[in-house]
Amino acid sequence: MKRLIAAALLVLGLASAQQITITYWQYDFKSKVDTINELIQQFQAQNPNIKVVQQTFPYDAYQQKVASAVSAGQGPDVVNLYYGWIPTWVKAGYLQPLPEDAFSTKSMDADFIPMVQAAKVGGKYYGVPTAVRSLALFYNKDLFKAAGINTPPRTWEEFYAAGKKLTVKQGDRYTQIGYGISPDGQDHNVVREVLLRQAGGRPYSDDNKKVLYNSPEGLKAFRTYTDWVKKYDIGVPSFFPGNNGYRDGFIAGKIGMIIDGSFAIGTIKNGAKFNWGVAELPIDRLGARKANFGSFWLHGLSPQATGAKRDAAIKFLQFITSAETEKVWLDKVGELPARRAVLKDPKLATDPVYGPFVISLSYARATPFVDETAQRTVMVNAINRVLLENADPDASLKQAAAEDQKILDQFWK
Amino acid sequence: MKPRFSLATREALWAFAFLAIPLLFFLFIRIYPAFQALWLSLFEWNADPAKRQYVGLEHYSRMLADPTLGRALRNTALYTFIGVPLQIALGLAIALLLQSVTRLRDLFRAIYFTPYITPAVAVAWVFSWMLSPNFGIVNEILGLFGIPAQKFLSSPSQALLTVTAIVVWQNLGFQIVLFLAGLESIPRTYYEAARIDGADGWAMFRYITLPLLNPVTVFSAVIGTIGFLQLFTQVVNLNFTDQGGPVNSTLTIALYIYQLAFKSFNLGYAAAVTVLLFGIILVITLVQLRILSRRVEY
Amino acid sequence: MKRLPVILAYIVLVLGGILMIFPFVWMILTSLKPFAELFNLEVLPREPTLENYRQVLTQTDFPRWFLNSLGIAGITTISVLFFDSLVGYTLAKLRFPGREIVFVLILATLMVPTEMLVIPWYVMSVGYGWVNSYWGILFPGLISAFGVFLMRQFFQSLPTELMDAGRIDGLSEFGVFWRVAFPLVRPALAALGIFTFLGNWNAFLWPLVIIQSPEMRTLPVGVALFSGEAATAWHLIMTASSLSVLPVLLVFLFFQKQIIEGVVLTGVKG
Repeated sequence: MKRLIAAALLVLGLASAQQITITYWQYDFKSKVDTINELIQQFQAQNPNIKVVQQTFPYDAYQQKVASAVSAGQGPDVVNLYYGWIPTWVKAGYLQPLPEDAFSTKSMDADFIPMVQAAKVGGKYYGVPTAVRSLALFYNKDLFKAAGINTPPRTWEEFYAAGKKLTVKQGDRYTQIGYGISPDGQDHNVVREVLLRQAGGRPYSDDNKKVLYNSPEGLKAFRTYTDWVKKYDIGVPSFFPGNNGYRDGFIAGKIGMIIDGSFAIGTIKNGAKFNWGVAELPIDRLGARKANFGSFWLHGLSPQATGAKRDAAIKFLQFITSAETEKVWLDKVGELPARRAVLKDPKLATDPVYGPFVISLSYARATPFVDETAQRTVMVNAINRVLLENADPDASLKQAAAEDQKILDQFWK
Repeated sequence: MKPRFSLATREALWAFAFLAIPLLFFLFIRIYPAFQALWLSLFEWNADPAKRQYVGLEHYSRMLADPTLGRALRNTALYTFIGVPLQIALGLAIALLLQSVTRLRDLFRAIYFTPYITPAVAVAWVFSWMLSPNFGIVNEILGLFGIPAQKFLSSPSQALLTVTAIVVWQNLGFQIVLFLAGLESIPRTYYEAARIDGADGWAMFRYITLPLLNPVTVFSAVIGTIGFLQLFTQVVNLNFTDQGGPVNSTLTIALYIYQLAFKSFNLGYAAAVTVLLFGIILVITLVQLRILSRRVEY
Repeated sequence: MKRLPVILAYIVLVLGGILMIFPFVWMILTSLKPFAELFNLEVLPREPTLENYRQVLTQTDFPRWFLNSLGIAGITTISVLFFDSLVGYTLAKLRFPGREIVFVLILATLMVPTEMLVIPWYVMSVGYGWVNSYWGILFPGLISAFGVFLMRQFFQSLPTELMDAGRIDGLSEFGVFWRVAFPLVRPALAALGIFTFLGNWNAFLWPLVIIQSPEMRTLPVGVALFSGEAATAWHLIMTASSLSVLPVLLVFLFFQKQIIEGVVLTGVKG
């Protein structure tokens, strides 16, 4: 009899130790891929019956890779995505909401910094990030010194002054500019989330159904930006060739300042052959309102993950977004943690490169998009109409607001 | 013994035998999916089949009020009407030149073919440098002649023409190979006979070369048009961070479809625009085939 | 008197040639530049190096991508050369009811952009278990309407008497095609060979969608890995591009000999 019970228990034990395999997709970036592989090893050691397979794809083609896979009822169980894609993906049925028992809304709200709220649709979280990023001002210390400027600009006035000093024109061509104008880089975010907020406005309503930047504040912010080119002549669009010409031109030492995300730190570190520094974004005057654009890639649960796979996937999600993981991530990938607790580390805020980013995380917001690509294009076009076609800023912004509203209406109907 | 089938029937049967596998292939791989796209255009798409909503012709009526689509249509028309004649004329001209020289033919052929085999990514990068408003070599050269620096790919008014020029430049290799094959297929005997009859170069071109090249010219025109109407890769690569820009000035229908399907996940609407594109290409192709084809047999 | 036009021809060809080859040369020169020199504005590298080539060939999966692309492009080209000429011949020289309709039907398959076909193909592949397999990458390209159209045009120019002569000689219909017509369209076959190989070599979207694992990647998909969110390794992309041009150049040189040799028709009335 005892033998029978022992045998039955053995069989039961074996049955419950069934191997579950889940797949995780992200875009290919060496340090991220390597770090996830290490995390997978640790996770599998702690959970012997779960196997995690990582598959990666080129960054440029990542979105269409996922689009095709899920359309065919295939794809990963856990998927990495940009926060701006969440509403579109949710509407198209590509994401499951995170379960309350594992990721309670209350604790998410409390544990993560404010910008992570943008991962919510209809009050439910559809993903959770390991790391976040924000914007800061990168400046060329050597060019500054040569022009007699000793500190990075803290106000916009100082910004204009520095920019003008560093702009050099020869005939009808520029050989150096003060600020790397790039509407399709980060500048559209600067207009929508930084200048607009600093002027007292906001881009969208709380329910994300109305465009709110068609306002006096919106116009003020928009004009402020276009004046950088039109009035203050601190830079020109398409100054330096290439896809991210503003960053490449900065690395080549031909641009005095750029506003770029913390994800660019590695590239700039590897490429720049001069002394460079990082500073918080300028403000109207000392003591005025600060604003910053935050963004993040997060991990979501795809509709493929059902039953036992779902449980395994949730466990994996919890593992890769824990405070421990965030510390490892910061160390190996160089991306800022998303949890308030981890950010409290005083060493972070005083780091010369990461400091300005970390400080901004307390007030940075992630603009809630419904269709990030389309809405981004609307603002980029609005700026380019003024800068490249000499359109009237008022008219251009009005057109953008109308187009943007159409996108929102189309999405929410 | 009388044959069971007539010659004509036998020929037809052989034809169907030859066509069987290929037609099945096309049906399975191209035609059926195309009908799926047509079907998709009647729905509001969702990854969950249960949530897909039938919306009838709503996507089609939306197309009528879509300014971005209008811009894409206009751009695509410009690309096609400028690009196709240009590449045929240049391709034929260079093919004729290549045939007329005796030395270094192989080298020239290889050189003229290199743009066609240079990967699109490399082409885009090189041209963005060559055409850079501030640092490009083209503006350097223009400056020597006193012409002010141009914005090329960064200018809404110049971008489309610049892209067209680059696409034609890249396609020239294809056109040259095509026309060379066509020219080499014309039997020498015709030219010899004409020379004996006293015809000069121009007459030989007009009455022998051009007519006998007709099948190739038709091919080039039809394929070239279909290609330009579906222009996509170069447009994307030449302005990667603002695809179709600046300010939608280089946007094509195919790129718009791609953005709708893979960025906005709006597959139903994308399918509707695909149906529209298909219709346009079909009509233009049929018209071309009717007008341009000339049966020539000597 | 005859000299002048020929010299003019040479001048035009040389000037044009510079314009044609300049970007290609730039690409190769860039591949010889160390990373640090990428953004300086000279075309020539100050310190030419083969480091990029070493990196691409030994530290990435480039060799694997190269072999994958080679195999796939090669097989597709052979398939296309056979089937497309068979169908083109049938549409040009065999008479049967509905011939023009079939032609337009096949031509119409070129009018739906690949972007929209990718998803139905993927659904199909999932259903048949073709995902992440060589067959999965291959199957959409095995017969192409483009080639059918090209071959039809060239076959049309062949005098029908030749086919009839073959039939009188006792050849089967397939024999007439294979032994009489097929050898006579060598220039067209060569052109088709070049175009098909190249088109396949550079194909990106479908391989991207169907491939899941790193060892299946084709060249364009692999090279796309060299660009990321914040940085693009242009020196590596130019190197990979320079290397990837080699087989295509060889295919071209091989096939173009066939085009040059041309066709000599004997026994045809002038």
